[in-house]
Amino acid sequence: MSAQLIRNLLLVILATLALSACSTTKKSNNLLQGDVYTGTETIEYLATGVPDRVFFATNKSVLTTAARDTLRKQAAWMRKNKDISVTLEGHADERGTREYNLALGERRANAAKDYLMTYGISGNRINVISYGKERPVNSGSTPLAWSQNRRAVTVKAN
Amino acid sequence: MIKKILFSLVLILLFKQQVFAITTIDITRGNLDPLPIAISPLYMSEGSENIKLDNSVNQKNVGEKISEIVEINLKRSGLFNPLNKSAFVQKPDIAHLKPRFEDWRLIKAQVLVTGKILIKEGKLRVEFRLWDVVAAKEILALAFTTVPNNWRRVAHIISDKIYMRLTGESGYFDTRIIYVSESGPKTQRIKKLAIMDQDGANTKYLTLGNELVLTPRFSPTAQLVTYLSYFRNLPRVYLLDIETGIQEVVGDFPGMTFAPRFSPDGKKIIMSFAQNGNSDIYTMDIETRVVEKLTDHPSIDTSPSYSPDGKYICFNSDRSGLQQIYIMRSDGSKVKRISFGKGLYGTPVWSPRGDLIAFTKVSKGRFYIGVMRTDGTGERLLTENFYQEAPSWAPNGRVLIFYRETKSDSEGKGFTAKLWSIDLTGYNEREISTKTDASDPSWSSLLSGN
Repeated sequence: MSAQLIRNLLLVILATLALSACSTTKKSNNLLQGDVYTGTETIEYLATGVPDRVFFATNKSVLTTAARDTLRKQAAWMRKNKDISVTLEGHADERGTREYNLALGERRANAAKDYLMTYGISGNRINVISYGKERPVNSGSTPLAWSQNRRAVTVKAN
Repeated sequence: MIKKILFSLVLILLFKQQVFAITTIDITRGNLDPLPIAISPLYMSEGSENIKLDNSVNQKNVGEKISEIVEINLKRSGLFNPLNKSAFVQKPDIAHLKPRFEDWRLIKAQVLVTGKILIKEGKLRVEFRLWDVVAAKEILALAFTTVPNNWRRVAHIISDKIYMRLTGESGYFDTRIIYVSESGPKTQRIKKLAIMDQDGANTKYLTLGNELVLTPRFSPTAQLVTYLSYFRNLPRVYLLDIETGIQEVVGDFPGMTFAPRFSPDGKKIIMSFAQNGNSDIYTMDIETRVVEKLTDHPSIDTSPSYSPDGKYICFNSDRSGLQQIYIMRSDGSKVKRISFGKGLYGTPVWSPRGDLIAFTKVSKGRFYIGVMRTDGTGERLLTENFYQEAPSWAPNGRVLIFYRETKSDSEGKGFTAKLWSIDLTGYNEREISTKTDASDPSWSSLLSGN
């Protein structure tokens, strides 16, 4: 009886180890840093070398180093193309309450807008809209999908 | 002035109610022992006119249909166990005159419902009686006269009367649910405002799905709904008159307004306004258009909900770093955090009874619907799932409706959004069937104010 119990316990421990091994391999695929998406799969380009979006950590609107790098490229592109105005779309993943996510999307879009403005882009050229969690780009329910959905996307408005 | 009810309902108290109920139900505990109730089909009086009410409903079966709805309502409440009609010995017309109580006791019925119907001069007259089988006496008798098309509402009103007589609390059957009907893939979801009776019947769509709509909420006092629409890609709070279909933007804000709700007197709309990455809570008086700013904090303040006396407001804010529940006076003063458990807390809604706040809790990647007292003590989690949120109270404060989403695979398959209800006790969790996927439910007040 007790031998069987120990065997069962060992099985559980083994299963747990196997599972955690799985999750470490997933993390090491270089698409996530913390839980911020660092891949290129969903990105579109406003111009050659100018990615259209930046990604955020769960519940956060702080710009990562990579996000700031992208936004500086966008600002340079907008400075060169003075007639262009943009809409910054803020988004959240599906793992938050709808109303809070609307506010969070707005905060993310504004974080990106503020950064563009510090690089010389007039606020008049930047419109902001939040979609909360209403317009995911990846419809999966996985950490990777959620990381791709936590984003602020710069879209040409004219 | 807004017309309160669409039709007039004549209610005649036939007999005086008994003062002491013999058979009663305690609804404060999880009811594991629902009350056995026999619902004898309402019979058609002789001399009734022919009438067609629906594809399948006419003067011949409308009595049965009404009884059926009463039966389903009471069964779904979890407090009643409607008995199988095939075991009934007494005919409906004879039982209605004078039940042979020993026959009903034999099939273990504790209460019995009987009734009759008459259709005359284009009017539907419904009479019903509630009998205490154990004490062998009548405990309630009522009659209604209305237009025949209201036959479903009559069934809901009868259900409310029975519920009230046997539990001592007002019911919630003669009510409607407004919600968001969903279709299409997750990445391009089409959303429409939809309204239906509490039992899922009479679904009507109020918008066409051309623009995104979210979070509709009923006015507690009028046939009005407030909701968020992305009309012309400008997310704003709207006010919609359900009877006329006329709608208008609420206030003149230079940015997104969202998370609207009515004040308990129906005179104000409370909502969030987002600007420059900061969301604060505002109210607008519907008649005078006066706008007031209630919170002034660089954090996200949203999902406001008034206490039923209108003196307090609960909302969620991330001013502490993470989403938590706060209360304040209705003028915005005395802000106080009330949620301190592990995890995030959102979507607080004040109970119509005033004593509890229902909420969504997120902890370790799981979503809970729970309730706590208004000072934050006595937290009770009612249900746990992969994703669920946005509880809304039934008007009697005994049942919550919310929506639940399922996990999807990497292609987005397997995703559903459905409405569910659960009793305050944590028992009687049920899916509410809707024609499409559904979210953001809001429960109306009792339509007939009974």
